[in-house]
Amino acid sequence: MKELLSGNAAIARGAYEFGVTLAAGYPGTPSTEILENLARYEEVYCEWAPNEKVALEVGIGAAMAGARALVTMKHVGVNVAADPLFTAAYTGVNGGLVLVSADDPGMHSSQNEQDNRYYARFAKVAMLEPSDSQEAKDMVGLGLEISERFDIPVMLRITTRVAHSQSMVELGEPGPREIKPYTKDVKKNLMVPAFGRLRRVSLAERMARLAEYSETTPVNFIVRGDDNVGVITSGISYQFVREVLPGASVLKLGMTNPLPLQLIKQFASRVKSLYVVEELEPYLEEQIRMLGIKVTGKELFPVTGEFSQGLVRRKFVEAGVLPAPPQAQDNTAGLPQAPPRPPVLCPGCPHRGVFYTLRNLKLTVTGDIGCYTLGGLPPLEGIDSCVCMGASIGMAHGIDKAVPGLKGRTVAVIGDSTFLHSGITGLLNAVYNGSDTTVIILDNRTTAMTGHQDHPGTGRTLKGAGAPEVDLTMLCKALGVQRVEVVDPLDLARLKEVIKAETAAPGPSVIIARRPCALLKREPKPAVTVDREKCKGCKMCLKLSCPAISVTDNKSSVDANLCVGCNLCVQVCKTGAMKGGSADA
Amino acid sequence: MLKPVDVLMVGVGGQGTILASKVLAAAARAAGYDVKMSEIHGMAQRGGSVVTQVRLGEKVHSPLISEGEADVILAFEQLEALRWLPYLKPGGTIIINNQRIYPVPVLAGAAEYPENIIGKIKERVTSVLVLDALQKAIECGNAKAANVVLLGALAKQLPIEEKIWREALAATVPPRFLEVNQKAFNEGARC
Repeated sequence: MKELLSGNAAIARGAYEFGVTLAAGYPGTPSTEILENLARYEEVYCEWAPNEKVALEVGIGAAMAGARALVTMKHVGVNVAADPLFTAAYTGVNGGLVLVSADDPGMHSSQNEQDNRYYARFAKVAMLEPSDSQEAKDMVGLGLEISERFDIPVMLRITTRVAHSQSMVELGEPGPREIKPYTKDVKKNLMVPAFGRLRRVSLAERMARLAEYSETTPVNFIVRGDDNVGVITSGISYQFVREVLPGASVLKLGMTNPLPLQLIKQFASRVKSLYVVEELEPYLEEQIRMLGIKVTGKELFPVTGEFSQGLVRRKFVEAGVLPAPPQAQDNTAGLPQAPPRPPVLCPGCPHRGVFYTLRNLKLTVTGDIGCYTLGGLPPLEGIDSCVCMGASIGMAHGIDKAVPGLKGRTVAVIGDSTFLHSGITGLLNAVYNGSDTTVIILDNRTTAMTGHQDHPGTGRTLKGAGAPEVDLTMLCKALGVQRVEVVDPLDLARLKEVIKAETAAPGPSVIIARRPCALLKREPKPAVTVDREKCKGCKMCLKLSCPAISVTDNKSSVDANLCVGCNLCVQVCKTGAMKGGSADA
Repeated sequence: MLKPVDVLMVGVGGQGTILASKVLAAAARAAGYDVKMSEIHGMAQRGGSVVTQVRLGEKVHSPLISEGEADVILAFEQLEALRWLPYLKPGGTIIINNQRIYPVPVLAGAAEYPENIIGKIKERVTSVLVLDALQKAIECGNAKAANVVLLGALAKQLPIEEKIWREALAATVPPRFLEVNQKAFNEGARC
């Protein structure tokens, strides 16, 4: 039976069909739906770990003990998990271990567009790259087989357009979920220098055998066509090439570490001109050039952003491979520019009051990764920086220590899920090194940006079971923070008072701004109404950046369909024109 | 040989483009097409501009539609129709819901919502269908069915039998909303 599945749903299906016993990950676009789909299969144990490093370590443990394991994360998550990854290549596995890295060319939902194919070469693990959902599913099975046969973790590298595109997948029956026998083997698994050196040599041997395998694996294949033009490609770019050059010869690489160097040489020798089509870095191109083969790659195709068949076509026209298309009539000339429609914080979002207040107090704010990063955009403009998960706290401490002028004027903001991911050590450092930093934990009781995943603070697991709820106040106190305050971020007066007090106080402070995500607990209160007589058109309410509020003819109005009655605008309005619908306004 | 068709659905997060694309994909499959579909999650969900690309053919390679390639654009909102118009193929059809949803830069007074978008598109495109999907959905009993009104209008433009559309709709929407959605589909198909 065939089904239309996203790449992510297909990977989950693959894990189910090919005997995965355990899966772990941390949410991150575009990888999140893999575990969400897999968790629906009763037979497979799945969990959200607090971060990607822990998730991979859970997978390594399961694989060492003989189970097949799948670990999922977005590209930047592999940075967090890099430490165990590099040494897991040394130890190898027992049960198969597949790590899914979901890269995001074009940065649809990411802070950078790093090309994680280099991780496979750097860490010396095998890598597979699917081009559609069917391959995504099949390569979970192949990856597990390779992992066990060559005693190596396998990276399954997907990109946004593979993860979030849907295509037809042939469903199979689930195989057995076997646990291989475990025997203690310190020379293989205890990486002290003496044993590490042995495994380093073994790793070189394993990579050499993998290189031989790469020459004959069915996922590296040639689509034989006209030999005037040959293209080497992988991943989603393969689809664009097939669309644009249906008659060309194509070497399609499904296994991209190690590369099949003989197959590449043989392919190159048969075609007149050779091109490499790959998104992001010249990963394939560099290795092909090292073989002394003349090839056109990044001199023609960009190193930034996503590809499409439109871009690939234009580039092959530029190169003279395709004839220039007839000049189409431009039906868009003279049309007005469409104003942008950026994503915004939802109506009733508990983060809104925090950023409004921070901007009001003119504080320097180090930000972090989550919905709340949107609080940095105009007109809220309540954040100065965003680097990576957990960075806000370390950065605020660095500012506090280095720049006297900003001491007591700097605040770190971090979400609850992000704090548990990698904020705890930053806070510990701030305490240990005598910081005067103030940290605001935006505790909306979920991992909101990626679609409401549970975490150790929500009291529920990925499989839907109850779980102990971490107490953030006690946790911060245990780290040594003396001053911990909990506030409701929709109470602007109290919020402002607390932020002023804590930034002025010596020593590190934590403010927990607690209110569930507006989409999580949908309990809309009556919508705010505007008294048009009282409204003076001062536009103070617009500074909240609420999608429900607009001003026309110098009078504010509130869209009752969007408003959830959070009443922030009622508190901001200086003329009393905004009327809260509920008693606690 | 099935004629390949590329459909771009554009709108604002929360307007129900995803459900509409699911019904289209299900209908196309039942009609014997190979289908590929692409959408973006994450950032785009927070009230941002959203786009779903659906490609039908004997064998579809790329899941994406490039500029100048869409046979049909189904625009759930006027400004999004304007934004994505360059993706329409010469001779293609654009179906526009005449609803306006103001983006935050417009609400904040930092940008203007362009005047007379539909008139300007009609000056340049021969095949333009405009409908008030929201009003029709309200008349059918549920404002949320505006997406299915639009789907009804789309159905008439595509080489897929009506019976197949109806089965796909029934298989995709929750049973308790089927009746209102069937009405909405009929309303759209009449446009």
